[in-house]
Amino acid sequence: MSEALPSFEGLLHEALSPVEPPEDLGHRLENALLSITSSAVEELEAWELSSMRDPRNWARPAAAVVVGGSAGVALVLLRARHRSAPHRTNLRDARLSAERLLGDLGEHTRRLLGERR
Amino acid sequence: MADPQSQKSKALLDAEFSDLYRAHLRDVYSYAYYRVGNHHDAEDLTEQTFLQAYRHFDRAQRESHGRPLRPWLIRIAHNLAANLYRDRSRRPSSPIDETSELVASHTTEDLVEGRDELAQVLDGVQRLPDDRREALIMRFALGMDNREIARAMGRSDGATKVLIHRAIKQLQQMVAGSDSAGSDE
Repeated sequence: MSEALPSFEGLLHEALSPVEPPEDLGHRLENALLSITSSAVEELEAWELSSMRDPRNWARPAAAVVVGGSAGVALVLLRARHRSAPHRTNLRDARLSAERLLGDLGEHTRRLLGERR
Repeated sequence: MADPQSQKSKALLDAEFSDLYRAHLRDVYSYAYYRVGNHHDAEDLTEQTFLQAYRHFDRAQRESHGRPLRPWLIRIAHNLAANLYRDRSRRPSSPIDETSELVASHTTEDLVEGRDELAQVLDGVQRLPDDRREALIMRFALGMDNREIARAMGRSDGATKVLIHRAIKQLQQMVAGSDSAGSDE
């Protein structure tokens, strides 16, 4: 380093002296942070209190039941189709398949109702 | 209801963030000001820096293992400033928009003799390559040591030391060059 460096560094210290932030910036920032924290807490508490009372929040579990139920029915239909495939040409077998399908559907419905109780 | 334990830790986190904010508001603002070159953008940048820091404070604390968080704050400001320039596709319109105001606000003794010299130094700082300028701002405006600057810039301590040394040398040459150019006129 050159000999002049220490004094040049002093000059740099002077030139780049810390800049005080405007007073209103501090207030504005504190308010912004306060509003974030308080709104987050209020939102959480309000949601927790109302979640079981507000019917809009039932949509999610209801949708889960519907989706689960549909998947169950689809599964029964798929099984039934799979079982009936080799007997398609026979009218008697087709009737038996239909009976099995109805039996499966009934069984699945009973199981679903039992789970929800 | 919310878990009382999480509420307590949230309150503690908020208190700690409040301490961090009070301790480093001036640092972040100084960095922002010298980085973007005007008070308006510096205020925006400072505000955005702290809001972003607040969102990630919990994680930053856990990962800092007790080390100071100032480099992390400055790194956030650095990234936001880079985005600001990218978005606007511009650099500061002048080296420091209010160079004369800034120099005048230093000390009254400097007003007569040192004013030009300080203005030249500030002008030179703004003309340095980004990484060198940033390192000098952190060192001289914020008083950060090599290790802190290295963390803020994502470099090794050694590389940071070299960077600062070269930045000072280059700036010194720039100022000396403008001095001789001025005396030639």
